[in-house]
Amino acid sequence: MQFSLSSSPHNRVRRDTASVMRAVCYACIPGIMAQLWFFGWGVLIQLILAIATAVVTEAGIMKLRKRAAKHVLSDYSAVLTALLLAVSIPPLAPWWLIVIGTFFSIAIVKQLYGGLGFNMFNPAMGGYVMLLISFPLAMTMWVPVQNMAIYPYDFADALSVIFTGFSVSGYDMTQLRLGVDGVTQATPLDAVRSSLLLGETYSEALQASIFNSDSGFAYGWSWVALAYLAGGLFLLWRKIISWHMPLSMLAGVIVTAAILNMLMPDATGGILFHLLSGAVLFGAFFIVTDPVSGSTTPKGRIIFGVLIGFWTVVIRTFGGYPDAVAFAVLLMNIAVPLIDYYTQPRTYGARS
Amino acid sequence: MEAFAKIDILERVDGSAVVEAIKAGRLHNFPGGVHPPEAKLLSNQAPIASMPVPKTLYIPLKQHSGMQGSLIVAVGDRVKKGQALTHSSHPFAVPVHASTSGIITDITEHPSAHASGLPETTIVLKPDGAEDWHIMPPFENYRTVEPITLIERICDAGISGLGGAGFPTHIKTQHNHDVECLIINGIECEPYISSDDRIMREHAWQIKQGIDILRYLVNPKAIIIAVESNKPEAFDALKTACGSDASITMASIPTKYPAGGEKQLIQALTGHEVPRSGLPMDIGCMMFNVGTCFAIADAIIYGKALVQRVVTLTGEALKAPQNVWALLGTPMADLLAFAQYQPAKQKRHKVIMGGPMMGFTVTNDNVPVVKITNCVLVPAADELPDIDDEKPCIRCGYCTDVCPAGLLPQQLYWYSKAKDFAKAEEYALADCIECGACAYVCPSEIPLVQYYRQAKAEIKAQLDEQQKSEKAKQRFEQRQARLEAEKHAREEKHRKAAEARKAAMENNGGDAKAKIAAALARAKAKKQQAAKANDAGTPDNNDESSE
Amino acid sequence: MSLFAFALIILGLLALIFGAILGYSAIKFKVESDPLVDQIDAMLPQTQCGQCGYPGCKPYAEAIANGDEINKCPPGGEATIKKLADLMGVEPKPLDSAHGVEDVKKVAYIREAECIGCTKCIQACPVDAIIGAAKQMHTVIVDECTGCDLCVAPCPVDCIDMLPVKETPANFKWHLGKNVSGTVGNIDIKQVS
Repeated sequence: MQFSLSSSPHNRVRRDTASVMRAVCYACIPGIMAQLWFFGWGVLIQLILAIATAVVTEAGIMKLRKRAAKHVLSDYSAVLTALLLAVSIPPLAPWWLIVIGTFFSIAIVKQLYGGLGFNMFNPAMGGYVMLLISFPLAMTMWVPVQNMAIYPYDFADALSVIFTGFSVSGYDMTQLRLGVDGVTQATPLDAVRSSLLLGETYSEALQASIFNSDSGFAYGWSWVALAYLAGGLFLLWRKIISWHMPLSMLAGVIVTAAILNMLMPDATGGILFHLLSGAVLFGAFFIVTDPVSGSTTPKGRIIFGVLIGFWTVVIRTFGGYPDAVAFAVLLMNIAVPLIDYYTQPRTYGARS
Repeated sequence: MEAFAKIDILERVDGSAVVEAIKAGRLHNFPGGVHPPEAKLLSNQAPIASMPVPKTLYIPLKQHSGMQGSLIVAVGDRVKKGQALTHSSHPFAVPVHASTSGIITDITEHPSAHASGLPETTIVLKPDGAEDWHIMPPFENYRTVEPITLIERICDAGISGLGGAGFPTHIKTQHNHDVECLIINGIECEPYISSDDRIMREHAWQIKQGIDILRYLVNPKAIIIAVESNKPEAFDALKTACGSDASITMASIPTKYPAGGEKQLIQALTGHEVPRSGLPMDIGCMMFNVGTCFAIADAIIYGKALVQRVVTLTGEALKAPQNVWALLGTPMADLLAFAQYQPAKQKRHKVIMGGPMMGFTVTNDNVPVVKITNCVLVPAADELPDIDDEKPCIRCGYCTDVCPAGLLPQQLYWYSKAKDFAKAEEYALADCIECGACAYVCPSEIPLVQYYRQAKAEIKAQLDEQQKSEKAKQRFEQRQARLEAEKHAREEKHRKAAEARKAAMENNGGDAKAKIAAALARAKAKKQQAAKANDAGTPDNNDESSE
Repeated sequence: MSLFAFALIILGLLALIFGAILGYSAIKFKVESDPLVDQIDAMLPQTQCGQCGYPGCKPYAEAIANGDEINKCPPGGEATIKKLADLMGVEPKPLDSAHGVEDVKKVAYIREAECIGCTKCIQACPVDAIIGAAKQMHTVIVDECTGCDLCVAPCPVDCIDMLPVKETPANFKWHLGKNVSGTVGNIDIKQVS
């Protein structure tokens, strides 16, 4: 009797790439729910647009590259990229914005480099930065937290604004962005940034209506950040991601923020402000943990994370853009081969 | 302060300090490792069974790592159980023995117990059922015997490591350094396998005898028996057997694969590491498998050669999974029949020799049990995942996290795949122990170990090729030089001969001139004669030719 | 004017300093390397088969160093061509089929019963891998045979076979799918390109 052959090991953890990607998508759910709750239906429409664009783009390129599209789509990596990009852009941004961004993420940042596993940069952040640089105005059109808006919008309004620029009742973005106090709402980072540019101190900036305490906790915004933290903790608990990168990035943010805040308390935010506003918590668990474009050695992951945290705070404080997670991630993506080369672990029985 | 002094983990261990630490419950850890489903309960519940003697035994000449011996029997010979079939004076060779009494019906090429299944020289033995033993003189009182005699006996009994690697045991015991730690390996970290577990439970006393013999031979400062924490019965049995012996320390090692790897166990027990391309002996450690200890006692105290071993028959495609005493040379077919193999339970018929992590698939059911065969695993269709398509590496780094050797499996994968062997070696491919932890966790289902093995084989082939071509070059150059020298010598000879002729001519110069003159005169005379004849009109050719 | 002169002097000084540094490092960090011919020779398979048209590997190495083509060595095959291309800094080319095709590694075997002991093969063997004497049976030292084929043609009774090197467990290259012992299931990994 002849037997069939295979190579050891004959057993394997039954957790494949697709299930890892799916788990990360599921972990985004709390954050997405929070965003829906605070910022309305726009988020959902952007998600649908992004995922549809990503799937079509990926399938099209697979066809061009003469590969089986089904096989590649079933790994859910394109869906995850689309999802991460969609939650990063303003919920009522025009439809072409997310379509262009997602197409760029998938086609240019990911597939042109060889597809999954070969891209040098984080696709979602690559797309985000391209949009931010090309369409700075549209990318900063955030709506206020809905129960603080003069003109809250519903699903039909969202659809209408995204595709026509006007809500069903005829309001445009400028009106939709007005808060109950009659002031155009911005993101917490924007708010602090413009106050500081006006010559106010950091503590004066925190008096803006968007913050509901002196600590820098912004109503709505910070809840969304905490919801992503919850999703991230789920990923840590299920051992989908390792603690190295998120924790070291947060440590980088905390240390850098603490030092800068100590040196110039009036010109930059405190630790809590930096952690809870913008994309730091989201980035720590969902962006820097992207395995493809990150460092792979144990020591390298820590250096990678810490430096992303460092650059985030430094660019926020001294740079030209209010948030900087995306820039910091891309910057460190370039450094990955170098980091990996110099952080090789010591082999068993070898002298270091 | 001394406790805080930094110790060099690549230096010799201190046996007494290690024992002290173990007694205080301070074990070390080794990096990485995985926790695959153990599945030991399937086979470890029943006592080790005896199998009926198979109809035919296939005994390969080479069953261990090292050299094979040369045959000392011929087809048609009647042999006794335990009689040596091969002999060699090479230090790395151990003989093989007739596993039972019977007649040698053939010596042929037979599928090997190797992943390749490529044929190897094998002795075919037809048992006569008499079980007629050839016993070597037992050394019941071995302490009065010279160690070298005992070591020779261990070699003559054909004992090589029964844990898996199959290193000749007598080589290890021929030490010339002080041994700090003699480690008895009862870890058996591979899932499914329970042969060591059962032998420890049932034959702890004989294992103790084997340990005593080893103690006499190598005189270690400390003896440590290490058993994994998932085998409490085996631990207790050995503890009962060795409890009264103060010089033996029992250590229960937390269950983690591959804790039973030689290097990993040394690290877990001592915190020291075996230097790269070094041996455990370099740091004062020596390790034997519990099964090997049992076999040593058999050889010394009972005079029996290694003719059988415990084999775990397991997997859900077997109706009666269990451990058996299998004669070396028993074909798979007999084992499968004994454990009631149900082929219908498998989608693709597959039999693994060894465990699910490091075992290899056998090519057919004629493959025999050899000295390193600790398990035959026959998984049912969904018991172990089938091979799937490999997907692109997403650089997740899970493989790095679980590698017990501190390697970067991902880099090794890229370079092995690209056949950039120089780079692969730079990333220490040679230090990979092929434990399979990396491929076990890989979400892209990449057969990493397969890539490493192919790369290692390719590197070895290239090295052999290089050595061979270097030798060919030397031989070619030597031949060229020889031909050149011969040509030179020939020319020299010719030149000398010519010179000699010339010299001879010069020596009796006058004589030679006279001869030439005479010859010329003769020729002249002949011409004239010929002219005359022509004038007479009768040419005489005969005359000319007769000259 | 003085500024101009000043700039000239500075630049001149800089040139001198850097020149000195370069000159010094060229001597100090000089890389000792094998002569080119030896490096090429080390890459050739040393079968001494002469298929390249030269009487051995070393002469071919010399020819390559003098600008001959790198694709004339069938025993070395693509791998050798690639290595030579790297060394010589030229594009690898496919093997020149005028000199033969890449084949599996073979060694010579003499069917000893048929051998008449003419010693012709012994004289042909470039690496002295055949032993025997006139009117005595000859045999090949398999370990020393380079598989060059040169002994086959001179044999007057055609008793030399070139047989492929046998695969054994010791030189198994872990290609489970190409297993010769006829397996049912080959390992079915479709590796991504």
